[in-house]
Amino acid sequence: MLLSGSDMQAIWLTVKLASIVTVILLLVGTPIAWWLVRTGSWWKGPIGAVVALPLVLPPSVLGFYMLLAMGPDGPVGHLTRALGVGPLPFTFWGLVIASVFYSLPFMVQPLQNAFEAIGDRPLEVAATLGASPLDAFFSVVLPLARPGFLTAVIMTFTHTVGEFGVVLMIGGNLPGITRVVSVQIYDHVEALEYGQAHRLAAVMLIFAFLVLLALYAWRPDAKKG
Amino acid sequence: MKPLKSLLFVCFMLLAVPAHAAKITVAAAADLKFAMDEIVTAFKSANPDEGIDVIYGSSGKFQTQIRQGAPYDLYFSADIGFPRELAKQGFASSEVRPYALGRIVLWSASLDAAQMTMASLADPKISRIAIANPKHAPYGKRAEEALRASGLWEKLEPKLVYGENIAHTAQFVQTGNAQVGIIALSLAVNPELASRGGYWLIPDTLHEPLEQGYIITKRAEGNALAKRFADYMGSKLARAVMVKYGFVLPGENAGK
Repeated sequence: MLLSGSDMQAIWLTVKLASIVTVILLLVGTPIAWWLVRTGSWWKGPIGAVVALPLVLPPSVLGFYMLLAMGPDGPVGHLTRALGVGPLPFTFWGLVIASVFYSLPFMVQPLQNAFEAIGDRPLEVAATLGASPLDAFFSVVLPLARPGFLTAVIMTFTHTVGEFGVVLMIGGNLPGITRVVSVQIYDHVEALEYGQAHRLAAVMLIFAFLVLLALYAWRPDAKKG
Repeated sequence: MKPLKSLLFVCFMLLAVPAHAAKITVAAAADLKFAMDEIVTAFKSANPDEGIDVIYGSSGKFQTQIRQGAPYDLYFSADIGFPRELAKQGFASSEVRPYALGRIVLWSASLDAAQMTMASLADPKISRIAIANPKHAPYGKRAEEALRASGLWEKLEPKLVYGENIAHTAQFVQTGNAQVGIIALSLAVNPELASRGGYWLIPDTLHEPLEQGYIITKRAEGNALAKRFADYMGSKLARAVMVKYGFVLPGENAGK
């Protein structure tokens, strides 16, 4: 066996984290992206900027704020205690919530671009044919925006897999709970276990390359040059 | 075009700023954070023309980085084993000098740790205990040894969370995310942490000694400033600062 049991555990945990985050962001990010495209509200600018913040902010800033916010004295900590679920740092669901914020722009921005590209015309036609706005969204917009969804899902999933700084700051490095692949590799390097670090790092490298290759080479509606 | 030109001009100006006459970079274990800051400030006020940058982090990472050619002139490790290994492989230009023995303490920001003992950690009210990662952090290894020697390791392991280095571990406790932590005495006596709660010194019979050592790296061979700063570490003033932060100095009795 090339990878140890704890390496496999880290891989499985990472896949689980990235999958859950992608599903949540698909449900949360789609309405946000749609609203950002359709709204004429003054809030469009500020909300769009907030969504894009994780692109610019270092993970240490996000991790620092989240550690304080989720701690027993922070606003999120008060909320979770009131709800009776206990503090979020050092838990798997704490990581999920942190990752949802961290990966938000990677879901919203490709969707926003896809929705913008569709324009008003198909929606007007659908309305003329008697479709309700919701009906039009599901039977017209969703199929037209399919490449956008594919890009958004792949980018969100891979970006969550690549997360390191935020996890290190709020995770506490617990095997099977918060020790994802990136942290496991870091631990191997710190402990001078270069052999194990190499094997796991190679898995990540191949994974990232294959995913990006799929994204660039095989896009169903990509224009042929 | 104009704004671009002025931007380029500013970039060139930044590049043209002359390098500092003498400057060294020190890589220091995270437990030295407060003590080393004070020593460097004192050294700088006595030698205002010299530049010293200190980078704090985990001893293990620094060892790897020095092997890969990191531009550090001195390396202060929380575990003397790391610089010894580097010296053996030819990455040092000085002998390995021990500079202190570290001690570990129980510390809490929400409970009165001064009233605790190792056995108090089993209290069901304590749900999270932070220690440094025993896999690679010297203080984490000693924390694990102390927990094992107290017969608490199996019982408490599910409550443990692991910091990347000892400062990161203290941060878990300081933010209240872990109720108790096993951290370095040198951090617990710093006013900022001491104001948040007392500490309980873990008897050094429960763990192997935390022997700390430093080297001047190969890169700094013949660097007069690096040598002077190393000598300064042995000065009366620097030793007083180290003692203030709870380090036991080589050649002196632990006395506890």
